[in-house]
Amino acid sequence: MMDTLAMGGYGAYVWSSFALMFIVMVACVGQARGRQRRVYQDIEKRLRAMEASK
Amino acid sequence: MWNFIQKLGSPPHFYGLAAKMIPWFAISGLLLIAYGTIAGLFFAPPDSKQGDAFRIIYAHVPAAYLSMMAYTIMAVTAGIGLIWRMKLAHAVAAAAAPLGAWFTFLALATGSIWGRPMWGTWWEWGDPRLTSELIMLFLYFGYMSLRAAIDDTAKADKASAVLVLVGAVNVPIIHFSVEWWSSLHQGPTLIKKGGPSIDAAMLYPLLGIILGFTLFFGALLLARIRTEVLHRERRTRWVRNMILGEST
Amino acid sequence: MTSSSDPSLWEGFAAVIKRDLLLAFRRPGDILNPLFFFAMVSTLFPLAMGPDPEQLMAIGPGVVWVAALLSGLLSLNSLFLSDLEDGSLDQLILSPQPLPMLTFGKTIAHWLVSGFPLVIISPLIAITYQMPVQTIGVMVVTLTLGTISLSLLGSVGAALTVGLNRGNALLSLLVLPLAMPVLIFGARTVSLAATNDAVAAGIYFLAAYCMLSVSFAPFAAAAALKISNE
Repeated sequence: MMDTLAMGGYGAYVWSSFALMFIVMVACVGQARGRQRRVYQDIEKRLRAMEASK
Repeated sequence: MWNFIQKLGSPPHFYGLAAKMIPWFAISGLLLIAYGTIAGLFFAPPDSKQGDAFRIIYAHVPAAYLSMMAYTIMAVTAGIGLIWRMKLAHAVAAAAAPLGAWFTFLALATGSIWGRPMWGTWWEWGDPRLTSELIMLFLYFGYMSLRAAIDDTAKADKASAVLVLVGAVNVPIIHFSVEWWSSLHQGPTLIKKGGPSIDAAMLYPLLGIILGFTLFFGALLLARIRTEVLHRERRTRWVRNMILGEST
Repeated sequence: MTSSSDPSLWEGFAAVIKRDLLLAFRRPGDILNPLFFFAMVSTLFPLAMGPDPEQLMAIGPGVVWVAALLSGLLSLNSLFLSDLEDGSLDQLILSPQPLPMLTFGKTIAHWLVSGFPLVIISPLIAITYQMPVQTIGVMVVTLTLGTISLSLLGSVGAALTVGLNRGNALLSLLVLPLAMPVLIFGARTVSLAATNDAVAAGIYFLAAYCMLSVSFAPFAAAAALKISNE
């Protein structure tokens, strides 16, 4: 187990690389979902305001 | 078949179709990424020269490959958008840019981390591949900044398309830099004459994670295009019906 | 379409260059300011880093090149701006001569008043940086090729950002990535000349990059002008 973590002495390098990989994946997903939500809600707000003022 | 492609160009059809396709791409992509990561980290044998440090390849290569693929997609769709005036093509380019930038950053960061134990340095300013990949990151930033600076969507589409095409010469430079100049970076392992020169037990997780990330990228791209389409079509009837209709 | 009474291709080309040169000479600041900027940036480094001659000799090529790049960026913003403001841009776009030819003409005129003076005074700067005499010839050649490339690439960036708010900063952001290979090869080649190493490869690369820029930049700039002017 400790051998695996140590990665022959390169542990810090290997694990930080994969941690970065994971972080970038999460960031991409989060950014895409956040944008979708914002765009959707902006349109919804505007449409409802238009409906209300009819 | 032609009917299918024509329907794809219609925004409401695309919006619905993409929603259905995204889970397939995402799940298959993530499964392959999981396979590649686990097999690469724990089951592939250590490299004769680099030991366990070589495992960074499984994080680095997909990122580098996708950073260039994203830019290529942007360049091709920019050209299509300019020549055939397809709005959807411009939307694809806009959607791909942030993803490409992220993967370029990841490629540079994992490459730097890998370089420290292997080459003894976090960065090598004289290296052509590192430099041209960094230039590509700046090209991505420039693209996104130009888009943000132009209010009119159609104008932003066309201007940024010209920019992408001008910078496209950089992509083959990145790929061939290790062959044309002396570089710290190793030569091509996969795409070269005679086929891949890497051990099978190391190769399959690598191919797996490359394919996995490609599918994952596809899912993200579809999702972002979908958002782009929604934003561009925000004043149309179909969007109105969909949003107001959904909430009743 | 062109009739026999319209100016020919070359007449239009020459007319654009002449006009831009005339305008530039009426406002000497346009020529002198970037030149002074180049000279002053070059003096900043010895002031900041101390006058050690060995150090100056080592950083000389790099400093001259970076200063040339920054000074070029400074002058690029106005390439199309005054035309946009007084309406001549519309006329340029509508004229019967092909727009790429006209943008190429404007770019040449721009280089004549920005890059060319820079190349002329660069030997003076080189001497203050204790650069050996044999490098000065190489520096002049590489700077000539490099500043021409910069003007060409810059014309594309200027065409894309003309009329935008804070377009100047954006212009630099767009042009710099494309200019980096020029900077790298230009400065490194001059450094190689200082140690009497082979400079041919670097000069060939710069020449190739210059030719590539000449081939596509006028067309890209023309396309960008039409887009920006909508």
